[in-house]
Amino acid sequence: MKKMIKQGLEIVDSPYLENGEKRGLVNKLLLGLTPSQYLLQAFRNPFNWLLAVIFAIGIPILLGRFVFGLAWATSGSNDYPWGLFLGFGLFAMVPLSSSGFQLGTACEIFGRHDLEPIERLALLNGLLGYFFAVVYLLADLGQPWRLPYPMVVSFGPAAVLFLVAWHVSTYLSVQILEVSTAFFEWIGFPAGKRGVRRITLGLTVSGIILSTLHQGALGALFTYAPGKVHPLWYSSSFQWLHFFVSSLPGGLCMVIAVSTIAAKTMTWRGDGKFHANLDKITISLAKGACMGLATYITIKLIAIAHDNKWSYIDSGWGQWFMVEIMLGFMLPLALMTYGVNKKNMTIVRAGAFLTVFGVVLNRVNTAIITFNWKLPHREIPPWREVLISITIFAIYIVVYRFILYRLPILYRWRQQEEPVLVHATEPVRSAAMGHASQAPIASYSSITKVE
Amino acid sequence: MKRRNFLKACVIGGATISLGKTNKGWAAGSFEGYPEAMGVLTDTTRCIGCRSCEAACNKEQNLPEPETSFQDKRVFEEERRPDSKAYTVVNEYEKKQPGGPVYRKIQCNHCNEPACLTSCFVNAYTKTKEGAVIYNSKVCVGCRNCMIACPFNVPGYSYESVTNPIVKKCILCYDTRLKVGKPPACVDICPQEALTFGHRSDLIKLAHERIREYPDRYTDHVFGEKELGGTSWLYLTSTSFDKIGFDTTLGNEPIISNVKEFLGMVPMVLSIWPALFSGIHLLSKGKHDDHGEQTETKQEDH
Repeated sequence: MKKMIKQGLEIVDSPYLENGEKRGLVNKLLLGLTPSQYLLQAFRNPFNWLLAVIFAIGIPILLGRFVFGLAWATSGSNDYPWGLFLGFGLFAMVPLSSSGFQLGTACEIFGRHDLEPIERLALLNGLLGYFFAVVYLLADLGQPWRLPYPMVVSFGPAAVLFLVAWHVSTYLSVQILEVSTAFFEWIGFPAGKRGVRRITLGLTVSGIILSTLHQGALGALFTYAPGKVHPLWYSSSFQWLHFFVSSLPGGLCMVIAVSTIAAKTMTWRGDGKFHANLDKITISLAKGACMGLATYITIKLIAIAHDNKWSYIDSGWGQWFMVEIMLGFMLPLALMTYGVNKKNMTIVRAGAFLTVFGVVLNRVNTAIITFNWKLPHREIPPWREVLISITIFAIYIVVYRFILYRLPILYRWRQQEEPVLVHATEPVRSAAMGHASQAPIASYSSITKVE
Repeated sequence: MKRRNFLKACVIGGATISLGKTNKGWAAGSFEGYPEAMGVLTDTTRCIGCRSCEAACNKEQNLPEPETSFQDKRVFEEERRPDSKAYTVVNEYEKKQPGGPVYRKIQCNHCNEPACLTSCFVNAYTKTKEGAVIYNSKVCVGCRNCMIACPFNVPGYSYESVTNPIVKKCILCYDTRLKVGKPPACVDICPQEALTFGHRSDLIKLAHERIREYPDRYTDHVFGEKELGGTSWLYLTSTSFDKIGFDTTLGNEPIISNVKEFLGMVPMVLSIWPALFSGIHLLSKGKHDDHGEQTETKQEDH
C-alpha cells in the first residue's frame, strides 16, 4: 500500500473521488485500487502468504470437523469436555473484547471525548471478539444448529449458561448496532446512522450491564466445578469478580495491542487525528488498565486469604500460579506504571501485550491446564484441535484487517451531506415532545459535519 | 428535561435487558429429595467384582459390544469411568491391602439436587419423583456444561456421532423398569446382593442398621446420605471412602449452592446499573461537553 500511495493513490476516506465523482461499492471494497493493483498489493504482503498456508491446511480440517464429527477433530474427552475451542476461543476472546463497553462508557457516559479517536476501534474489537467467540462455540457444540434452543425451544433459566447465552446474543446485537454507524457512513446511509446515534446512550448503558453480567457469568460457570478447578484459580464467592475485573485491563490492553499493530502495519489507514492522539490515548488506556490490574491482583490475594489457601502456593500448581500472576499481571502492572510515568511508549505497549498474554493464560489455566487437577493424567489437545483453533483465529485476523482497511474506524469519513443539527442526535422521545436540547450527547456528531 | 432524559435512558436500557429474562435469582433451596424417591444401596463389602452388572446394563440399554468380554478381569488394571459406551463400570481398589481388593460400582448417583440439571441451559435434565435423573436428548445443544458440573465425573458424550451426539449416562433404567416399579437391571442381576433397591429413606435406615449390627465390618458412614445434598445411590464400605475413588472433600452442600451468590447478584445489577450509569452520564454531562476537555477520572476500573 505504501508504494501505491507514493505513486499517487487516493485513499478512500469519503464517498467521492477527487474529481467529484461518487465512488462505487466495488471501488470502496478494493480500497480505490484496480483489481489487478489490489491483487498485486495482496501478493506483496508476506503475512498473506502465512495466512494462505494456515488456511490451506486449516480450512479443510475445520470443515472436516462438521463432516467427521467432534471425536475426529478434538480430544473428545469426557474428563475435559471443554477443550481449546472453549478454553481458549470462548473464555479468552470474551475478556479481551470488553474494550467495547469500556470505551463506550468512557466516551458516552463519562464524556471523555479525548478518547474518541480510538472509540470505534474499541467497539469493533469488542464486536469481533464476541463474534469469533461464538464461532469457536459453534465449532465446539455437539449440535451447533441447536444454538437458538435456549432462546426458543427449552429454557433453563436457573443455569448460568442460560444467562451467558442470552446476554452474549443480546450484547452481540448491541455491538453490531454500535459499530453499524461506521458501516452506515461508509456505505452512504446517513439515516441509519442517525437512527443508531439516537439510542446510543441506551445501547451503551445496556452494554455495561450485559458486560458486567456475562463477563462475570463466564467465571461463575466454573463455580459449578468446585472439585475440578484448582483452588488457586477457584473462589466460590469471588469467581465472577475475578473474571469481570481481569477482563477490564484485558480489554483495554487488547485495544492498545491492536492499535499498536494497526499503527505499524496500516499506517496509511489511520488519519492525522488518530496518529497524533494515539500515544496520549494509549497512556490514558494504560492508566485505566493499571487500576484494573492492581485491583485484580488485590482481589485475587483477598480470595486466597478468604479461603485460607496459602498452603497451595507451596506446590507445583502454586509455582505455576505464581508464574501466571507475576508474569501476566504484576510485571505488566510495573511496566505500564513505569512507562506511563516516564512517557515511554515502548514499555507501556510491552506491558499491554503482556497483560493480554496474562489474561489469556489465566483463562486457559482455569479451563484446561489446571482443570481436573485431582485426576492423575493431563490431556494434551490433539493436533487437529490446535489447528482448528489457529485457523479460526487467523480468520478473525483477516476479518479484522478487512474491516479496518475499509470502514472509518481509524480515520474519519469525510462527508458531503449537510451538517447534522444537534437536535438530530437527541433521543426520539424528547425530540417529539419538542424539547430540543442544544447539548449533543453523541460523540460522533462532529464527524458528520463538513470538514 | 434532565429527568425525562434519565427516565428514557432507563427505559431503553431496561427494555434491552428485559430480553435477558431477569429473574434468574431463584435457585433450589434445601431440597431433601422426593419422599417417594427410590434408590440403590451399594455394599462394597459384598461386591466380588464379577462385572455382571456391567453386562446387564449393556444389554438393558442397548449399548455397543465392549472391546473385551465382561468376564475379562484385566480391565481392573486401570481406573475406569462411565462413558457413552458403558453407563456403569466396576473398579478395583485397595489391591495390595490385607482386606482387599475392594470393588466399587460407579454409575450416576442420581443426586437430589443434580449439578447437571442445574447447570443445563435448556433444561434437558429432569429429576423424576421416582428419584431418577433423566435426560432429554431432543433439546440438548451439546455444550457439555453438565459434564463440567458433575462432581462424580459421570456423564459421557457420544463424540463419535456426527449428526446426533448426545450425553449418555445411567438413568436408573427409568424408561424400561423404574417407571413400572421394577429395580434397575444391574440390581436385578447382582449375584451377591451387593446392590439393594428400595425407597431412599428405607435404604438409609437399612445402611445404618448394617453398620450397627456389624461395626467391625463397616466404616460408620453412608456415602450419599448427605454428600452434595444427598444422592439416590448410597454406599457402604469397610475402608475409608477416599481410598475407593470418592472425592470426600466436596462437602454436603449441593453444587448449586456455589453458584447462588452470583445468581443472586444478577437482578441487582440489572436494576441498579441502568439508573447508576444513566445518572453518572447526566452528572458528567454539561461539564465535559466541550470536546477534548480532560478529566483525570477514568471509568469504572475501580
